[in-house]
Amino acid sequence: MPLSTRMTMEPPGAAAHRRSARDALADRMFRCTVGAAAAIVLAALAGAALSMLWGGRDAFATFGPGFLSSTEWDAVHHRFGAFVPIYGTLVTALIAMAIAVPVSFGIALFLTEVAPQRLRAPVATAIELLAGIPSIIYGMWGLFVFVPIMGEHVAPWLDAHLGHWPLLGPLFSGPPLGIGMLTAGIVLAVMVIPFISSVMREVFLTVPARLKESAYALGSTTWEVVWNVVLPTTRSAVIGGIFLGLGRALGETMAVTFVLGNSHQLTASLLMPGNSIAATIANEFAEADSDLYRSSLVALGFLLFVVTFVVLAIAKLMLRRLSRREGSA
Amino acid sequence: MRASVDRLHRRRRVVNAFNLVASCACALFGLFWLVWILWTTLRHGIAALKPGLFTQMTPPPGSDGGLANALFGSLAMSLVAIAIGAPVGVAAGTWLAEFARRRALGEAVRFVNDILLSAPSIVLGLFVYTLFVRPRGHFSGWAGAIALALIVVPVVVRTTDEMLQLVPATMREAALSLGVPQWKVTLQVLYRSALPGIATGILLALARISGETAPLLFTSLNNQYWSHDMDAPLASMPVVIFQYAMSPYESWQSLAWAGAFVVTTFVLVLGIAARAVLLRNKVSHD
Repeated sequence: MPLSTRMTMEPPGAAAHRRSARDALADRMFRCTVGAAAAIVLAALAGAALSMLWGGRDAFATFGPGFLSSTEWDAVHHRFGAFVPIYGTLVTALIAMAIAVPVSFGIALFLTEVAPQRLRAPVATAIELLAGIPSIIYGMWGLFVFVPIMGEHVAPWLDAHLGHWPLLGPLFSGPPLGIGMLTAGIVLAVMVIPFISSVMREVFLTVPARLKESAYALGSTTWEVVWNVVLPTTRSAVIGGIFLGLGRALGETMAVTFVLGNSHQLTASLLMPGNSIAATIANEFAEADSDLYRSSLVALGFLLFVVTFVVLAIAKLMLRRLSRREGSA
Repeated sequence: MRASVDRLHRRRRVVNAFNLVASCACALFGLFWLVWILWTTLRHGIAALKPGLFTQMTPPPGSDGGLANALFGSLAMSLVAIAIGAPVGVAAGTWLAEFARRRALGEAVRFVNDILLSAPSIVLGLFVYTLFVRPRGHFSGWAGAIALALIVVPVVVRTTDEMLQLVPATMREAALSLGVPQWKVTLQVLYRSALPGIATGILLALARISGETAPLLFTSLNNQYWSHDMDAPLASMPVVIFQYAMSPYESWQSLAWAGAFVVTTFVLVLGIAARAVLLRNKVSHD
């Protein structure tokens, strides 16, 4: 049968039907393609966790739970313990948060309530831009500019004035090296201040104007409005922002590697060199010469991953709580 | 009675004034450090700039040289990372915004993506090491690019998702009611409307990876010589900066400052460009 007659013999609408079938197929394929891309996101996180658990299995099997509490880090005798890096990570992150949280709150308050209207947007943009500066720049600045100042002025002063106090003394006594946990904590604080303050600023901006205006109408001062209205309304999101910064501080590598000193000695003093999980991995991984050594470093990475996962998950849940309430309001 | 009210009033005003001044001080304190860091980078960086920086190879200690191979390596790895990461990110963002808006699975992917967005980058480096470097037995530029792509993906997913959600539903409905299949609606209508936002996301992702050091340390490693072989160890700006800054040689340190200046300028310019793209195209969808 010639082609032309077959075409004419088709029932009307068949071409359209074929086309819609083709479109339906294309739609399904499109949906599968983009769905597969979303699956890659899930697979990346799961893969990262599992591959590190797998890579660290040697260390976990050899040292058992003692891996967490041992302070030994001896590449020659193949004995590795994670306590010093864990301790250093937590201490530097805590110092960073102790400085960064109040300062970021002040900046957010300044940018939402205090600053002249014309200044607010440019300063906020500048701070966001600064949040994008690579951490290696913070590290270099720390090493070349801040460490000498700490070593020559701050550390001797702390040692002389606080070093003899009964409880705090051991924290602040030590030789004026400049590098150490306190320095690393301060550099980290400078690094996370832009993050936390931009989150806090955005969160503060979500408070409905009528809430604030009602409080002002009752005679509240600006501070009272912020403390009694803005903060309680945004509490969960503010905590979320703080945890986001904490996640950054815990996992930050380059900024601390420069100024921490890479020492596996456990000391109480904040002026002495220490180590953090990320810095240990960055310093030693490429040179790790035995499988157990490398496995111990991967195991450290796994611990870091678990801790930051928990911290970031808390941050997300807290931040989400505000946006959900906003959505329902 | 009157006196106590006055006292209370005065105390509230004093507390208010004190706290507001403290907030100004905090803002100044925060900006002071950041300006100080930028100023240091600018001062040391400009002093170390020279024409040979972009044409000469990284030198052995003590002799003269530039950063040409590191610049090339960074450029190559960043471009490959964007070429891999951006399509995946845009596709995943599309799935989130168009197919999974109010589904639990969509929420789960969004959650995981947000975690990936702030996960420590050194962990991603370890992941790529165990996945690619270890089995193949050598460091390579490809591995570095994949590690960077893992950082690109969540940034692009996030912005694509947000930007597509901003496209008004009426636009989708108008196109669909004409009988256009959904994939065509997405590709030809929604992407066109959300393009500035998606482009911003890709620019921000590029800014983010151009300074990333930690994931490259044990994926692409480093290379002292000119190499355009992506299957071999490759030099990159951040890793060279790290190595040179930690070295005791003055010529290396000054090169590190020059590199830091170049990277910082690039990141800041990208950041400003991304914001400009978004601002200029802040179209109303009417």
